[in-house]
Amino acid sequence: MALKIERRPAPVWLPPLLPLLAVVITFVLTSALVLLAGANPLRAYYHFLIEPLSSRVSALEVLVKATPLLLTGMAVMVAFYGGFWNIGAEGQFLVGATAATAVGLNMHGVPPWVALPLMALSGFAAGMAWALIPAVMKTRLHTDEVVTTLLLNTVALLLVSALLNGPWRDPISQWPQSPEIASTAILPKLAPRTRLHLGFLIALATAFVVGVLLRRTVFGLRVRAVGLQPKAARFAGIPVERMLLISALVSGGIAGLAGMVEVAGIHYRLIEAIAGGHGYTGILVAMLGNLSAPGVVLAALFIGLIDTGSQTVSRALGVPVYLGEIIQATLLLVTLAVLLLQNYRLRWERRG
Amino acid sequence: MDAGLIAFWVGLIAATLRVATPLLYATLGALYSERSGVLNLGIEGIMFLGAFVGFAAAAQAESAGWAAALWVGLLAAIVAGALMGLLMALLTVHLGLNQHVSGLGVTLLCTGLALFGFRWVFGERAVLPRIAPFAPLDPLPGAPMLGPILNQHWLTYLAFLVVAPAAAWVLYRTRFGLRLRAVGENPEAADAAGISVFRMRTIAVTVGSALMAVGGAFLSLAQLGAFTPGIVAGRGWVCIALVIFARWDPLRAVLGALLFGGVFALQLRLQAQGVQLPYELLLALPYLVTIAALAIAGRNAPYPGAYLKPYRRE
Repeated sequence: MALKIERRPAPVWLPPLLPLLAVVITFVLTSALVLLAGANPLRAYYHFLIEPLSSRVSALEVLVKATPLLLTGMAVMVAFYGGFWNIGAEGQFLVGATAATAVGLNMHGVPPWVALPLMALSGFAAGMAWALIPAVMKTRLHTDEVVTTLLLNTVALLLVSALLNGPWRDPISQWPQSPEIASTAILPKLAPRTRLHLGFLIALATAFVVGVLLRRTVFGLRVRAVGLQPKAARFAGIPVERMLLISALVSGGIAGLAGMVEVAGIHYRLIEAIAGGHGYTGILVAMLGNLSAPGVVLAALFIGLIDTGSQTVSRALGVPVYLGEIIQATLLLVTLAVLLLQNYRLRWERRG
Repeated sequence: MDAGLIAFWVGLIAATLRVATPLLYATLGALYSERSGVLNLGIEGIMFLGAFVGFAAAAQAESAGWAAALWVGLLAAIVAGALMGLLMALLTVHLGLNQHVSGLGVTLLCTGLALFGFRWVFGERAVLPRIAPFAPLDPLPGAPMLGPILNQHWLTYLAFLVVAPAAAWVLYRTRFGLRLRAVGENPEAADAAGISVFRMRTIAVTVGSALMAVGGAFLSLAQLGAFTPGIVAGRGWVCIALVIFARWDPLRAVLGALLFGGVFALQLRLQAQGVQLPYELLLALPYLVTIAALAIAGRNAPYPGAYLKPYRRE
């Protein structure tokens, strides 16, 4: 018997159901680990998926967790859409957070409506600048962007670490973290006694703008053409290098903005762990959202739920908190496989 | 040369060989895979999983009183790496999924599994669990200069004297290697000639992943005698760059690993000498050198013909 893959478009009702199918398969697969850790899978998934939504504080915490993922997911989506394999959202996030902190530290006495846009701009610009290096290397020298963006993630982390252990070390706590940014440079809260802040709305607005830009404009059409068929796009007179460069820069900018949002909304300072894998999780969010803006919003909310849920399940059942990471990774792989069903049919066939 | 300078160079060369060892294993692993047409971005995670599984198995065997505990650890790491290779092959070779995203998914999965496993096996401890690591071979104890340079782990000897030359021999001098390169260059023609593209790629990815896991296990079983969350620290990504730098040639991969190992070891020495630079900037140096090298050597890199392209029989 051999697995045979046949090209066949899916019936229209199928694609929206595919992410759901991926979730179900993932939970079945990861049940084995839950059992291994000595817990009941059904109870574990209750704590994962239902309990976080049962109280106001933890339900809003899901939105808090989803905020940076929504932005990094959009960042990855823009790049992948245009055929630029940006694996560097993590590094762009870090430099964005750094630039925003640099501004935020100097905003004492400046009104928020000046301080916050300045920080957002600097975060966006820094993320763009960090993406510019691999983008130019790709368009000018034909260097594989996957490798360069990956290496630059590590460089960004080391730079942040150098800053926090050196000139920016907090003089009060002596921890490797920056001093607190000015109080006027902090994003306002959306709900009292929770961590939910204006950044969530910024992320939603970004998703809306990017979604409209990519799906409803000629610009978006050209970006997509470059991403799907660079040769055909060139033949059609689209400036391929310029479109690649733009999608890479916008991608880096959004990832940098995510860094600013986390500084100004949650931590109020730069810490080493601020990116915490959000850049990589953004790839999961973009794929799970099937590279569409509404899909990315839903995917970010879902991963935010799992992030919150992995804390509650760990507290309630004593399962290692890293179960959440395993579920996310499994979900990414299963989603990729299940999305095959959009264009292909799997069939077992007798060898012969 | 004065004694201090000689000691500096001897120490640098010895450290270079040590640092280059895990890089060489993982680079050769990535090279097999890419020569068959599959980019395995699971490398960082597979090294991490190899480091964890090797350590955990060795620690369990040690506490059970087994004499060959470290060997059990090494074997367990190889098995774990091969299993991840089979998963990677299922995703990219058989299902034909996007290699970038699959590889990153495998890295995330391995990272989660290793951290989950570490917590599950060792619980939350204030003190890092440790094992007695592999002792270095010391063929010329006390000999000036050569003594300290040759004072290396047998895994280092194995990498430079056996695994790398064997990779060159297998790829260029055997039927198997010819077939492996054929499916990486032109799978349609290879298929027409009766070579099973799927089988060759599955073998290449699996063997390659096992080598990556050995690279990771070297860190925990030979270098540290412990497992920490930061144990691999981006070495896997460097290896992906080293393959391009090596232009997919095993012997050039030896040079690349030595070059990167040298820069890394030099950075450690400079730190020890008290050079007035933040050590993080020195740590970033090897990565910046790699990026610069890619800008130069990566131009017109002879990528395998079917690199990143899944093969489907329609």
